[in-house]
Amino acid sequence: MAIKDYIRERFFPHIWCPGCGHGTVLNSLLRTVSQLGMSRNEIVMVSGIGCSSRISGYVDFHTLHTLHGRALAFATGVKLSRPELNLIVPMGDGDALAIGGNHFIHAARRNIDLTAIVMNNRIYGMTGGQYSPLSGHGTLATTAPYTNIDYAFDTVELATAAGASFVARSTTYHVQQLAKILKQAILHEGFSVVEVLTQCPTYFGRKNRLGSAADMMEDYKNNTTPIGSKAKKENPDLIERGVFVQKEIPEYCSEYDKIIERAMKGK
Amino acid sequence: MAKPKLKAHVINREWCKGCGICVHFCPKSVLELDEADKVFAARRSDCICCHLCELRCPDLAIEIETEQDG
Repeated sequence: MAIKDYIRERFFPHIWCPGCGHGTVLNSLLRTVSQLGMSRNEIVMVSGIGCSSRISGYVDFHTLHTLHGRALAFATGVKLSRPELNLIVPMGDGDALAIGGNHFIHAARRNIDLTAIVMNNRIYGMTGGQYSPLSGHGTLATTAPYTNIDYAFDTVELATAAGASFVARSTTYHVQQLAKILKQAILHEGFSVVEVLTQCPTYFGRKNRLGSAADMMEDYKNNTTPIGSKAKKENPDLIERGVFVQKEIPEYCSEYDKIIERAMKGK
Repeated sequence: MAKPKLKAHVINREWCKGCGICVHFCPKSVLELDEADKVFAARRSDCICCHLCELRCPDLAIEIETEQDG
């Protein structure tokens, strides 16, 4: 199907600001789903609260727009009751790793078959530019006018340590890689985490004088590198892109099925 | 495989917000913003149908139609 067949056109143009990277994530995701030939009826998108979470309103899948930070909890419920469906859970950095941090690590630990997309714009955009757990040391935000003293999480390391069986990172500049990674993540059986660096020109960009959306994407081009590249050895400050973890371990729903079988024995 | 031949730049002016991402990253500088800050193909014949504008557009507002698309 063409990508337009997967959206709710009546809600366009969407609410995101000019140059917001979230639209590019939506764009990539639609192309991925289209390439995989998936039907709208076999996908459930569950989102929480924030700019990023508005994405669920624009796609013509089964969609749930839930509570702040709780998207993974709702998605876990849906997946356990209907394991044949494909769950995609887009979250913002604050949604996923601040208020939703606990749900995030435990979903990773259980290895439930969901695709979590962390749309990392390093700020709370919807509420006016407050710093998030991924803003990082030395950045400016409306709530950090004299610079932020908190250090950021590394989403990839956090997800890996928590046990996620697929962990990857890409950016809105690297759209071809992003679509490829999203495809692998959706096809992976187990908890998949894809961190996407996505620009917020309105708040993060303006506060930190990073220029236009295109300038911020130039930064993604210049400040990231494929995993294990020579450039990374020479400049450790570069952010690595690619698939960090991909392993086959027992998936939660199939393990749960075994428990049901065991409990029902002889009945 | 034959080179894809450009049919049209299909631009949805209602959806375009004039962010300039497509203009900035077009490898052949085909695109420009008009006075209303909407994208248009200023140098249409230079287009190599790489589709990068289409893939990066946050507003799903531009599409490259080629002859192969039918």
